[in-house]
Amino acid sequence: MSLADMRSLYQAVVLDHAAHPRHKGELSDYNAASTVHNPSCGDTIKLFLQIDQDKITAASFTGSGCTISQASASLLTEAVIGKTTAQCLAMAKAFSNLATGQEADQKSIALLGDSAIMTTVMQFPARIKCATISWWALDEAIIKMKGHPND
Amino acid sequence: MGSVNALAKSDFPLLRRSVNGQRLCYLDSAATTPMPQAIGEKLQTFYAQSYSSVHRSVNSLGLETTNAYEHARSKVAKFINADPAEVIFTSGATASLNLVAESWGRENIHQGDEIVLAVSEHHSNFLPWQQLAQAVGAKLRLIKLNDQEELDLIQAKSLFNEKTKLLALAQVSNVLGSENPVAELISMAHQVGAICVIDGAQAIPHERIDVRQMDCDFYAFSGHKMLGPTGIGVLYGKKALLEQMPPAHFGGGMINYLDHGQATWEAVPEKFEAGTPNTVGAIGLGYAIDYLNKIGFKNIEQHNQELMNYLLPKLAANPGVKIYGQGQKLGVVSFNLAGIHPHDAATLFDQFGVEVRAGHHCALPLMQELGIPASIRASFYIYNDQADCDRLLEAIKQTQEFFNESC
Repeated sequence: MSLADMRSLYQAVVLDHAAHPRHKGELSDYNAASTVHNPSCGDTIKLFLQIDQDKITAASFTGSGCTISQASASLLTEAVIGKTTAQCLAMAKAFSNLATGQEADQKSIALLGDSAIMTTVMQFPARIKCATISWWALDEAIIKMKGHPND
Repeated sequence: MGSVNALAKSDFPLLRRSVNGQRLCYLDSAATTPMPQAIGEKLQTFYAQSYSSVHRSVNSLGLETTNAYEHARSKVAKFINADPAEVIFTSGATASLNLVAESWGRENIHQGDEIVLAVSEHHSNFLPWQQLAQAVGAKLRLIKLNDQEELDLIQAKSLFNEKTKLLALAQVSNVLGSENPVAELISMAHQVGAICVIDGAQAIPHERIDVRQMDCDFYAFSGHKMLGPTGIGVLYGKKALLEQMPPAHFGGGMINYLDHGQATWEAVPEKFEAGTPNTVGAIGLGYAIDYLNKIGFKNIEQHNQELMNYLLPKLAANPGVKIYGQGQKLGVVSFNLAGIHPHDAATLFDQFGVEVRAGHHCALPLMQELGIPASIRASFYIYNDQADCDRLLEAIKQTQEFFNESC
């Protein structure tokens, strides 16, 4: 490891999203939400979604955290707007798989777009949760609202 | 600094390993201290020659193991100036504190009673009292920080009254690193008839503890923060209190008599040690005490003082560093870097082989009081030296440059 490896984790786009998070703040109208905590560091992310006709029409988040968790949540909000709930669940699963060093299908990876950058966190096992908690919040918010897809 | 350090450094092979291509700079002793190699070797010998069950078997191995276990108890008793009957082996300070809450607390704390504790308590000395208070309808009253970010004795004084049943207090904060005014607070508590539970986990590696002189009613600590193994800890209690208390756990080795209808309990300390105890852990803790006695607390205190005198002015001189707590530091310094989340800093430090703790340090009420989500904590012990301080200072500098350039 070196400072060069650090640059692969803290890329310009990551630092930009952390310093200037997109869609930060509570949505005035939302019909799905979830709060997740990272008990090891005390970070909290609350995710808000407006879902109309099974599509995400608006997304936002609140909470404080490290560069990785803030950037990941910000990138997530950009990635999910316009997607269907089924696509979002596939994206959350693909993200979680990639971040923990497992494989994911190409179609879901393509849906992740820029947000897939955060999966470089897999090189830093202690930080994986920082990147994934906002995606767990997405999964939880959708399932809470719609029920589990397999139910 | 030389003598303690030279003696200690060679005893810890762990400290010679590398991390991310750099020699390990271990600054997380407030969480867990490495164990001297000789202790591991002695325990291997014990496993190979005597390892058996305590207090049960009428055979030679059982007797040897029982003798070794009870010898360790005597070492602990002498180490803190207690009677061996007042030393209960537990799995750690957390279990010790929970034991007081479950046993003494359940018997003696009732609806409307009050428990005083410091806002800076570790969760292990906060949660047992919070949960007990909720269960019985008692009230928690918190000692807050003054403008030096140390416990506010003036505010504390207003918390004690005839309803106060118990004071729960860390001798040394695991975040601020400072020694709390234990003597003054114990005196305030005793004046209103309350008992005092002191969490000594952070204090005991750094200074000579005398529970009689301190006049605490209970004192809890862990082996793994004082060069011993994990999974072993101690609860000291005044004998008169322990004798009145009911056992909190039930099982083998703690009864005097049992039939279908009823049971009577063993004397202290066995009454509180249900089940086969962590014999090897207790024996290892005894060896750790031998090791600390050999080095001597005068040397340990002087070494810490020299390290802190070297590090703190340099750390404070960095305008991007905010140190928490203005008191003297017993080897523990918590700080933040302006504009950089502590977890990001710790990941960078790790690249330089500098191993610190970042997070809330199991002290969320204190984090809330300080108005921060988390902090970086560097903690030092006998095997650290000025070079380790320099490594930390350099890692801070590089981390500040990395994030300030990038943003």
